[in-house]
Amino acid sequence: MSPERSSRRLPVIITFVVGLMLAIMPLPDYLQAFLPDWLALLVIFWAMQLPRTWSVGSAWIIGIVLDVSYGTLLGQHALALCLIAFVTVRFHLLMRVFPLSQLSFTVFALLALYQFVLFWINGVAGISAPSVTYWGPVIVGTLVWPFAYMFLSGVRYRSRSRA
Amino acid sequence: MVASRGNNTNPARIPALGLRVIALILLSIIVMYFDHRENHLDVIRRTVGAAVYPIQLAVDAPVRLWGWLGQSTTSRNDLELELGRLKAERLLTNARLQRLTALEAENARLRSLLEARDRVRDEVRVAEILAVDANPYEHNLIIGIGSRDGVYNGQAIVDADGVVGQVIETGVMTAQAVLISDADHALPVEVNRNGLRTIAVGTGEIDRLDLPFLPNNADIRAGDLLVTSGLGGAFPAGYPVAVVNAVTRIPHEPFADVTATPAAALDQVREVMLIWSQPQETAEDDE
Repeated sequence: MSPERSSRRLPVIITFVVGLMLAIMPLPDYLQAFLPDWLALLVIFWAMQLPRTWSVGSAWIIGIVLDVSYGTLLGQHALALCLIAFVTVRFHLLMRVFPLSQLSFTVFALLALYQFVLFWINGVAGISAPSVTYWGPVIVGTLVWPFAYMFLSGVRYRSRSRA
Repeated sequence: MVASRGNNTNPARIPALGLRVIALILLSIIVMYFDHRENHLDVIRRTVGAAVYPIQLAVDAPVRLWGWLGQSTTSRNDLELELGRLKAERLLTNARLQRLTALEAENARLRSLLEARDRVRDEVRVAEILAVDANPYEHNLIIGIGSRDGVYNGQAIVDADGVVGQVIETGVMTAQAVLISDADHALPVEVNRNGLRTIAVGTGEIDRLDLPFLPNNADIRAGDLLVTSGLGGAFPAGYPVAVVNAVTRIPHEPFADVTATPAAALDQVREVMLIWSQPQETAEDDE
Protein backbone atom coordinates (compact mmCIF):
# COMPACT_ATOMS: atom_id res chain seq x y z
CA MET A 1 0.00 0.00 0.00
CA SER A 2 1.59 3.27 -1.06
CA PRO A 3 1.53 6.08 1.52
CA GLU A 4 -0.42 8.24 -0.88
CA ARG A 5 -3.30 5.79 -0.99
CA SER A 6 -3.41 5.18 2.74
CA SER A 7 -3.57 8.92 3.37
CA ARG A 8 -6.64 9.03 1.16
CA ARG A 9 -8.23 6.32 3.27
CA LEU A 10 -7.87 8.17 6.53
CA PRO A 11 -10.75 10.65 6.02
CA VAL A 12 -13.05 7.74 5.15
CA ILE A 13 -12.00 5.84 8.26
CA ILE A 14 -12.67 8.95 10.33
CA THR A 15 -16.20 9.22 8.93
CA PHE A 16 -16.78 5.58 9.86
CA VAL A 17 -15.51 6.12 13.41
CA VAL A 18 -17.75 9.18 13.80
CA GLY A 19 -20.65 7.15 12.35
CA LEU A 20 -20.02 4.41 14.89
CA MET A 21 -19.97 6.99 17.68
CA LEU A 22 -23.31 8.37 16.50
CA ALA A 23 -24.68 4.85 16.27
CA ILE A 24 -23.80 3.87 19.86
CA MET A 25 -24.64 7.24 21.41
CA PRO A 26 -26.85 6.70 24.46
CA LEU A 27 -30.21 8.38 23.84
CA PRO A 28 -33.70 8.07 25.27
CA ASP A 29 -35.76 5.17 23.93
CA TYR A 30 -38.30 7.20 22.01
CA LEU A 31 -35.54 8.94 20.03
CA GLN A 32 -33.69 5.76 19.27
CA ALA A 33 -36.52 4.35 17.16
CA PHE A 34 -36.04 7.30 14.81
CA LEU A 35 -32.29 7.38 14.45
CA PRO A 36 -31.04 6.68 10.92
CA ASP A 37 -28.57 3.84 10.41
CA TRP A 38 -25.55 6.07 10.06
CA LEU A 39 -23.18 3.30 9.11
CA ALA A 40 -25.50 1.99 6.41
CA LEU A 41 -25.61 5.48 4.88
CA LEU A 42 -21.81 5.71 5.06
CA VAL A 43 -21.37 2.30 3.45
CA ILE A 44 -23.73 3.27 0.63
CA PHE A 45 -21.92 6.55 0.01
CA TRP A 46 -18.38 5.21 0.02
CA ALA A 47 -19.26 2.08 -1.95
CA MET A 48 -20.83 4.34 -4.53
CA GLN A 49 -17.90 6.80 -4.71
CA LEU A 50 -14.86 4.58 -4.17
CA PRO A 51 -16.09 1.07 -5.00
CA ARG A 52 -12.58 -0.32 -5.43
CA THR A 53 -11.44 0.53 -1.91
CA TRP A 54 -14.71 0.38 0.02
CA SER A 55 -16.61 -2.63 -1.07
CA VAL A 56 -18.19 -5.72 0.46
CA GLY A 57 -15.15 -6.70 2.55
CA SER A 58 -14.89 -3.45 4.48
CA ALA A 59 -18.68 -3.36 4.86
CA TRP A 60 -18.48 -6.82 6.44
CA ILE A 61 -15.79 -5.78 8.92
CA ILE A 62 -17.77 -2.66 9.88
CA GLY A 63 -20.80 -4.90 10.36
CA ILE A 64 -18.86 -7.15 12.75
CA VAL A 65 -17.76 -4.10 14.77
CA LEU A 66 -21.39 -2.94 14.83
CA ASP A 67 -22.54 -6.39 15.99
CA VAL A 68 -20.08 -6.33 18.84
CA SER A 69 -21.01 -2.82 19.96
CA TYR A 70 -24.75 -3.48 19.69
CA GLY A 71 -24.41 -6.92 21.21
CA THR A 72 -26.45 -8.45 18.41
CA LEU A 73 -25.89 -11.82 16.78
CA LEU A 74 -22.33 -11.83 15.46
CA GLY A 75 -22.60 -11.54 11.67
CA GLN A 76 -26.10 -10.08 11.54
CA HIS A 77 -25.21 -6.48 10.71
CA ALA A 78 -22.19 -7.78 8.79
CA LEU A 79 -24.43 -9.72 6.44
CA ALA A 80 -26.87 -6.84 5.99
CA LEU A 81 -24.17 -4.23 5.35
CA CYS A 82 -22.35 -6.61 3.02
CA LEU A 83 -25.52 -7.06 0.96
CA ILE A 84 -26.27 -3.36 0.55
CA ALA A 85 -22.59 -2.72 -0.28
CA PHE A 86 -22.85 -5.39 -2.96
CA VAL A 87 -25.94 -3.84 -4.53
CA THR A 88 -24.37 -0.37 -4.36
CA VAL A 89 -21.07 -1.44 -5.91
CA ARG A 90 -22.88 -3.39 -8.61
CA PHE A 91 -24.87 -0.32 -9.64
CA HIS A 92 -22.50 2.44 -8.59
CA LEU A 93 -22.14 3.91 -12.08
CA LEU A 94 -25.89 4.08 -12.45
CA MET A 95 -26.35 5.58 -9.01
CA ARG A 96 -23.75 8.28 -9.66
CA VAL A 97 -25.77 9.68 -12.54
CA PHE A 98 -29.14 9.40 -10.80
CA PRO A 99 -30.85 12.71 -10.03
CA LEU A 100 -31.36 13.36 -6.31
CA SER A 101 -34.98 12.17 -6.23
CA GLN A 102 -34.14 8.85 -7.86
CA LEU A 103 -31.05 8.39 -5.73
CA SER A 104 -33.08 9.03 -2.59
CA PHE A 105 -35.54 6.39 -3.65
CA THR A 106 -32.68 3.94 -4.23
CA VAL A 107 -31.29 4.72 -0.79
CA PHE A 108 -34.74 4.15 0.66
CA ALA A 109 -34.87 0.74 -0.99
CA LEU A 110 -31.36 -0.13 0.22
CA LEU A 111 -32.14 0.91 3.81
CA ALA A 112 -35.36 -1.08 3.67
CA LEU A 113 -33.39 -4.09 2.45
CA TYR A 114 -30.94 -3.57 5.30
CA GLN A 115 -33.71 -3.47 7.91
CA PHE A 116 -35.44 -6.41 6.31
CA VAL A 117 -32.31 -8.55 6.48
CA LEU A 118 -31.80 -7.64 10.15
CA PHE A 119 -35.45 -8.37 10.90
CA TRP A 120 -35.39 -11.60 8.97
CA ILE A 121 -32.28 -12.87 10.76
CA ASN A 122 -33.94 -12.04 14.10
CA GLY A 123 -36.92 -14.06 12.98
CA VAL A 124 -34.89 -17.08 11.86
CA ALA A 125 -32.79 -17.05 15.02
CA GLY A 126 -35.94 -16.72 17.16
CA ILE A 127 -34.99 -13.37 18.65
CA SER A 128 -38.28 -11.61 19.31
CA ALA A 129 -38.66 -7.99 18.25
CA PRO A 130 -41.82 -6.16 17.19
CA SER A 131 -41.70 -4.85 13.64
CA VAL A 132 -43.76 -1.67 13.45
CA THR A 133 -41.21 1.12 13.94
CA TYR A 134 -38.53 -0.69 12.00
CA TRP A 135 -39.64 1.80 9.38
CA GLY A 136 -38.51 4.74 11.51
CA PRO A 137 -34.77 4.44 10.71
CA VAL A 138 -35.50 3.77 7.03
CA ILE A 139 -37.60 6.90 6.55
CA VAL A 140 -35.39 9.15 8.67
CA GLY A 141 -32.32 7.73 6.91
CA THR A 142 -33.78 8.62 3.51
CA LEU A 143 -34.58 12.14 4.70
CA VAL A 144 -31.08 12.58 6.10
CA TRP A 145 -29.43 11.18 2.96
CA PRO A 146 -29.21 14.44 0.88
CA PHE A 147 -27.47 16.24 3.75
CA ALA A 148 -25.16 13.30 4.44
CA TYR A 149 -24.40 13.16 0.73
CA MET A 150 -23.46 16.83 0.54
CA PHE A 151 -21.35 16.62 3.68
CA LEU A 152 -19.53 13.46 2.60
CA SER A 153 -18.90 14.84 -0.89
CA GLY A 154 -17.27 17.80 0.84
CA VAL A 155 -15.11 15.43 2.86
CA ARG A 156 -14.20 13.50 -0.26
CA TYR A 157 -13.15 16.40 -2.48
CA ARG A 158 -11.41 18.33 0.26
CA SER A 159 -9.27 15.32 1.16
CA ARG A 160 -8.50 14.70 -2.50
CA SER A 161 -7.40 18.26 -3.21
CA ARG A 162 -5.14 18.25 -0.16
CA ALA A 163 -3.48 15.04 -1.35
CA MET B 1 -20.49 -15.12 -13.47
CA VAL B 2 -21.59 -15.86 -17.01
CA ALA B 3 -23.54 -12.64 -17.15
CA SER B 4 -20.63 -10.60 -15.89
CA ARG B 5 -18.22 -11.98 -18.45
CA GLY B 6 -19.74 -9.67 -21.00
CA ASN B 7 -18.70 -6.73 -18.82
CA ASN B 8 -15.00 -7.55 -18.97
CA THR B 9 -14.31 -4.56 -21.14
CA ASN B 10 -16.10 -2.27 -18.70
CA PRO B 11 -13.45 -0.30 -16.81
CA ALA B 12 -15.74 0.13 -13.80
CA ARG B 13 -16.17 -3.60 -13.22
CA ILE B 14 -15.00 -4.65 -9.78
CA PRO B 15 -13.13 -7.97 -10.01
CA ALA B 16 -14.79 -11.04 -8.46
CA LEU B 17 -17.44 -9.01 -6.68
CA GLY B 18 -20.05 -11.73 -6.89
CA LEU B 19 -17.67 -14.37 -5.54
CA ARG B 20 -16.58 -12.16 -2.70
CA VAL B 21 -20.10 -11.31 -1.64
CA ILE B 22 -21.18 -14.95 -1.70
CA ALA B 23 -18.14 -15.94 0.38
CA LEU B 24 -18.84 -13.20 2.92
CA ILE B 25 -22.52 -14.10 3.17
CA LEU B 26 -21.61 -17.73 3.79
CA LEU B 27 -19.06 -16.60 6.38
CA SER B 28 -21.73 -14.44 8.07
CA ILE B 29 -24.13 -17.36 8.22
CA ILE B 30 -21.47 -19.65 9.69
CA VAL B 31 -20.46 -17.04 12.25
CA MET B 32 -24.11 -16.40 13.18
CA TYR B 33 -24.77 -20.12 13.52
CA PHE B 34 -21.87 -20.62 15.90
CA ASP B 35 -22.67 -17.46 17.81
CA HIS B 36 -26.30 -18.48 18.24
CA ARG B 37 -25.81 -22.15 19.03
CA GLU B 38 -22.68 -22.13 21.11
CA ASN B 39 -20.58 -19.43 22.63
CA HIS B 40 -17.30 -20.27 20.89
CA LEU B 41 -16.98 -16.74 19.54
CA ASP B 42 -16.55 -14.95 22.86
CA VAL B 43 -12.91 -14.41 21.94
CA ILE B 44 -13.87 -12.41 18.84
CA ARG B 45 -16.40 -10.40 20.79
CA ARG B 46 -13.85 -9.64 23.47
CA THR B 47 -11.11 -8.61 21.05
CA VAL B 48 -13.32 -6.42 18.90
CA GLY B 49 -15.00 -5.14 22.06
CA ALA B 50 -11.66 -4.05 23.49
CA ALA B 51 -10.93 -2.20 20.24
CA VAL B 52 -14.29 -0.42 20.36
CA TYR B 53 -13.97 0.42 24.07
CA PRO B 54 -12.16 3.79 23.53
CA ILE B 55 -14.96 4.83 21.16
CA GLN B 56 -17.55 3.93 23.76
CA LEU B 57 -15.64 5.98 26.32
CA ALA B 58 -15.44 8.91 23.91
CA VAL B 59 -19.18 8.74 23.27
CA ASP B 60 -19.83 8.69 26.97
CA ALA B 61 -17.41 11.56 27.66
CA PRO B 62 -19.80 14.45 26.81
CA VAL B 63 -22.42 13.02 29.17
CA ARG B 64 -19.81 12.76 31.90
CA LEU B 65 -18.43 16.20 31.14
CA TRP B 66 -21.92 17.65 31.37
CA GLY B 67 -22.48 16.01 34.72
CA TRP B 68 -19.11 17.23 35.91
CA LEU B 69 -19.78 20.81 34.75
CA GLY B 70 -23.13 20.82 36.47
CA GLN B 71 -21.54 19.70 39.72
CA SER B 72 -18.59 22.05 39.68
CA THR B 73 -20.69 25.12 39.01
CA THR B 74 -23.19 24.46 41.75
CA SER B 75 -20.85 23.40 44.52
CA ARG B 76 -17.28 23.61 45.63
CA ASN B 77 -14.82 20.83 45.18
CA ASP B 78 -15.03 19.32 48.64
CA LEU B 79 -18.81 19.48 48.69
CA GLU B 80 -18.81 17.63 45.41
CA LEU B 81 -16.59 14.87 46.75
CA GLU B 82 -18.76 14.56 49.81
CA LEU B 83 -21.87 14.39 47.66
CA GLY B 84 -20.43 11.65 45.48
CA ARG B 85 -19.44 9.64 48.52
CA LEU B 86 -22.83 10.07 50.16
CA LYS B 87 -24.64 9.08 46.98
CA ALA B 88 -22.63 5.89 46.66
CA GLU B 89 -23.20 5.16 50.33
CA ARG B 90 -26.93 5.73 50.03
CA LEU B 91 -27.08 3.40 47.05
CA LEU B 92 -25.39 0.64 49.02
CA THR B 93 -27.55 1.23 52.08
CA ASN B 94 -30.73 1.25 50.03
CA ALA B 95 -29.75 -2.04 48.46
CA ARG B 96 -29.44 -3.60 51.89
CA LEU B 97 -32.65 -1.94 53.06
CA GLN B 98 -34.67 -3.17 50.13
CA ARG B 99 -34.26 -6.71 51.33
CA LEU B 100 -35.87 -5.82 54.62
CA THR B 101 -39.47 -6.41 53.50
CA ALA B 102 -38.51 -9.75 52.03
CA LEU B 103 -36.55 -10.64 55.15
CA GLU B 104 -39.49 -9.83 57.40
CA ALA B 105 -41.78 -12.12 55.49
CA GLU B 106 -39.20 -14.82 55.45
CA ASN B 107 -38.49 -14.41 59.13
CA ALA B 108 -42.14 -14.99 59.94
CA ARG B 109 -42.11 -18.18 57.91
CA LEU B 110 -38.93 -19.43 59.45
CA ARG B 111 -39.69 -18.54 63.06
CA SER B 112 -41.39 -21.85 63.66
CA LEU B 113 -38.41 -23.72 62.33
CA LEU B 114 -35.67 -23.61 64.91
CA GLU B 115 -32.89 -24.43 62.53
CA ALA B 116 -33.16 -21.15 60.66
CA ARG B 117 -29.82 -20.61 59.03
CA ASP B 118 -28.09 -17.25 58.86
CA ARG B 119 -28.50 -15.61 55.53
CA VAL B 120 -25.40 -15.23 53.46
CA ARG B 121 -24.66 -11.59 52.91
CA ASP B 122 -24.04 -10.78 49.27
CA GLU B 123 -21.03 -8.88 48.00
CA VAL B 124 -21.99 -5.88 45.88
CA ARG B 125 -20.10 -3.47 43.73
CA VAL B 126 -21.25 -0.27 42.01
CA ALA B 127 -20.74 -0.02 38.24
CA GLU B 128 -21.41 2.81 35.85
CA ILE B 129 -23.55 2.43 32.75
CA LEU B 130 -21.47 3.28 29.68
CA ALA B 131 -24.03 2.85 26.96
CA VAL B 132 -27.46 1.52 26.24
CA ASP B 133 -28.37 -0.57 23.25
CA ALA B 134 -29.40 1.50 20.27
CA ASN B 135 -31.93 -1.11 19.22
CA PRO B 136 -35.18 -0.13 20.96
CA TYR B 137 -36.40 -3.72 21.06
CA GLU B 138 -33.43 -5.17 22.86
CA HIS B 139 -33.06 -3.81 26.33
CA ASN B 140 -29.34 -4.09 26.83
CA LEU B 141 -26.81 -2.05 28.78
CA ILE B 142 -23.05 -1.84 28.73
CA ILE B 143 -21.48 -1.36 32.14
CA GLY B 144 -18.02 -0.14 33.00
CA ILE B 145 -16.55 -3.18 34.77
CA GLY B 146 -15.68 -6.51 33.24
CA SER B 147 -13.97 -9.81 33.76
CA ARG B 148 -10.94 -7.98 35.15
CA ASP B 149 -13.08 -7.14 38.19
CA GLY B 150 -14.52 -10.61 38.48
CA VAL B 151 -17.76 -10.07 36.57
CA TYR B 152 -19.19 -13.31 35.23
CA ASN B 153 -21.96 -14.23 32.80
CA GLY B 154 -25.36 -14.52 34.44
CA GLN B 155 -24.45 -12.20 37.29
CA ALA B 156 -27.37 -10.32 38.85
CA ILE B 157 -27.60 -6.52 38.58
CA VAL B 158 -29.74 -4.37 40.88
CA ASP B 159 -30.22 -0.68 41.52
CA ALA B 160 -31.39 1.08 44.65
CA ASP B 161 -35.02 0.00 44.12
CA GLY B 162 -34.88 -3.48 42.69
CA VAL B 163 -33.56 -5.93 40.14
CA VAL B 164 -32.31 -4.37 36.89
CA GLY B 165 -31.08 -7.34 34.88
CA GLN B 166 -28.21 -9.74 34.45
CA VAL B 167 -24.86 -9.91 32.70
CA ILE B 168 -24.86 -11.73 29.35
CA GLU B 169 -21.46 -10.91 27.86
CA THR B 170 -18.29 -10.25 29.76
CA GLY B 171 -15.52 -8.20 28.17
CA VAL B 172 -12.22 -7.36 29.80
CA MET B 173 -13.21 -3.89 30.99
CA THR B 174 -16.89 -3.78 30.08
CA ALA B 175 -19.79 -6.16 30.32
CA GLN B 176 -23.10 -6.34 28.56
CA ALA B 177 -26.28 -6.84 30.49
CA VAL B 178 -29.85 -7.61 29.55
CA LEU B 179 -32.66 -5.79 31.37
CA ILE B 180 -35.54 -7.70 32.95
CA SER B 181 -37.87 -5.87 30.55
CA ASP B 182 -36.19 -7.40 27.48
CA ALA B 183 -38.67 -9.52 25.56
CA ASP B 184 -36.32 -12.50 25.79
CA HIS B 185 -35.80 -12.32 29.52
CA ALA B 186 -37.64 -14.38 32.10
CA LEU B 187 -37.06 -14.32 35.82
CA PRO B 188 -38.30 -16.66 38.58
CA VAL B 189 -40.15 -14.57 41.19
CA GLU B 190 -42.42 -15.10 44.14
CA VAL B 191 -45.21 -13.01 45.60
CA ASN B 192 -43.81 -11.54 48.77
CA ARG B 193 -47.18 -11.73 50.57
CA ASN B 194 -47.74 -15.46 50.26
CA GLY B 195 -44.73 -17.00 48.54
CA LEU B 196 -46.63 -17.89 45.35
CA ARG B 197 -43.99 -18.78 42.75
CA THR B 198 -44.16 -17.81 39.11
CA ILE B 199 -42.11 -16.42 36.22
CA ALA B 200 -41.91 -12.73 35.28
CA VAL B 201 -41.33 -12.33 31.54
CA GLY B 202 -40.11 -9.14 29.88
CA THR B 203 -42.39 -7.57 27.29
CA GLY B 204 -40.04 -5.30 25.38
CA GLU B 205 -41.69 -2.32 27.07
CA ILE B 206 -39.47 -0.70 29.67
CA ASP B 207 -42.24 -0.29 32.26
CA ARG B 208 -44.10 -3.59 32.02
CA LEU B 209 -43.51 -7.23 32.89
CA ASP B 210 -45.92 -10.09 32.20
CA LEU B 211 -46.73 -12.99 34.49
CA PRO B 212 -48.18 -15.35 31.90
CA PHE B 213 -48.25 -18.59 33.87
CA LEU B 214 -50.64 -17.83 36.71
CA PRO B 215 -53.92 -19.79 36.76
CA ASN B 216 -57.20 -17.90 37.10
CA ASN B 217 -57.58 -18.91 40.74
CA ALA B 218 -54.08 -17.84 41.80
CA ASP B 219 -53.93 -15.72 44.93
CA ILE B 220 -52.50 -12.55 43.46
CA ARG B 221 -53.85 -9.01 43.39
CA ALA B 222 -52.82 -5.53 42.30
CA GLY B 223 -50.24 -4.01 44.63
CA ASP B 224 -48.50 -7.31 45.45
CA LEU B 225 -44.73 -7.05 45.63
CA LEU B 226 -42.82 -9.60 43.57
CA VAL B 227 -39.37 -10.56 44.82
CA THR B 228 -36.74 -12.84 43.32
CA SER B 229 -37.26 -16.41 44.43
CA GLY B 230 -33.65 -17.44 43.84
CA LEU B 231 -34.84 -20.64 42.18
CA GLY B 232 -33.32 -19.94 38.77
CA GLY B 233 -29.89 -19.88 40.35
CA ALA B 234 -28.84 -16.63 38.68
CA PHE B 235 -30.43 -14.19 41.11
CA PRO B 236 -30.08 -14.27 44.87
CA ALA B 237 -33.45 -14.54 46.61
CA GLY B 238 -35.36 -11.65 48.13
CA TYR B 239 -34.66 -8.68 45.89
CA PRO B 240 -37.74 -6.69 44.82
CA VAL B 241 -38.55 -7.12 41.13
CA ALA B 242 -41.89 -5.50 40.40
CA VAL B 243 -45.26 -4.49 41.76
CA VAL B 244 -48.37 -6.10 40.29
CA ASN B 245 -50.52 -3.41 38.72
CA ALA B 246 -53.35 -5.30 37.09
CA VAL B 247 -54.86 -8.77 37.35
CA THR B 248 -57.44 -9.66 34.71
CA ARG B 249 -59.13 -13.02 35.17
CA ILE B 250 -60.64 -14.20 31.92
CA PRO B 251 -63.18 -17.02 32.24
CA HIS B 252 -62.62 -19.90 29.76
CA GLU B 253 -58.91 -19.05 29.61
CA PRO B 254 -56.48 -21.26 31.55
CA PHE B 255 -54.25 -18.41 32.69
CA ALA B 256 -54.98 -15.01 34.17
CA ASP B 257 -53.60 -11.89 32.52
CA VAL B 258 -51.24 -10.33 35.07
CA THR B 259 -48.98 -7.35 34.44
CA ALA B 260 -46.48 -5.75 36.78
CA THR B 261 -44.36 -2.60 36.89
CA PRO B 262 -40.62 -3.07 37.53
CA ALA B 263 -39.48 -1.70 40.87
CA ALA B 264 -36.16 -0.46 39.49
CA ALA B 265 -36.13 2.68 37.34
CA LEU B 266 -34.89 0.74 34.32
CA ASP B 267 -34.55 3.72 31.99
CA GLN B 268 -33.26 6.23 34.51
CA VAL B 269 -30.31 4.62 36.24
CA ARG B 270 -26.74 5.79 35.71
CA GLU B 271 -25.19 3.47 38.25
CA VAL B 272 -26.07 -0.12 39.00
CA MET B 273 -24.84 -2.70 41.47
CA LEU B 274 -23.50 -6.10 40.63
CA ILE B 275 -24.05 -8.85 43.16
CA TRP B 276 -21.62 -11.59 43.93
CA SER B 277 -23.87 -14.01 45.71
CA GLN B 278 -22.46 -16.96 47.53
CA PRO B 279 -24.50 -20.01 46.62
CA GLN B 280 -26.33 -21.64 49.51
CA GLU B 281 -24.78 -25.04 48.76
CA THR B 282 -21.21 -23.98 49.47
CA ALA B 283 -22.30 -22.44 52.75
CA GLU B 284 -23.79 -25.78 53.73
CA ASP B 285 -20.71 -27.67 52.64
CA ASP B 286 -18.58 -25.52 54.88
CA GLU B 287 -20.60 -26.41 57.94
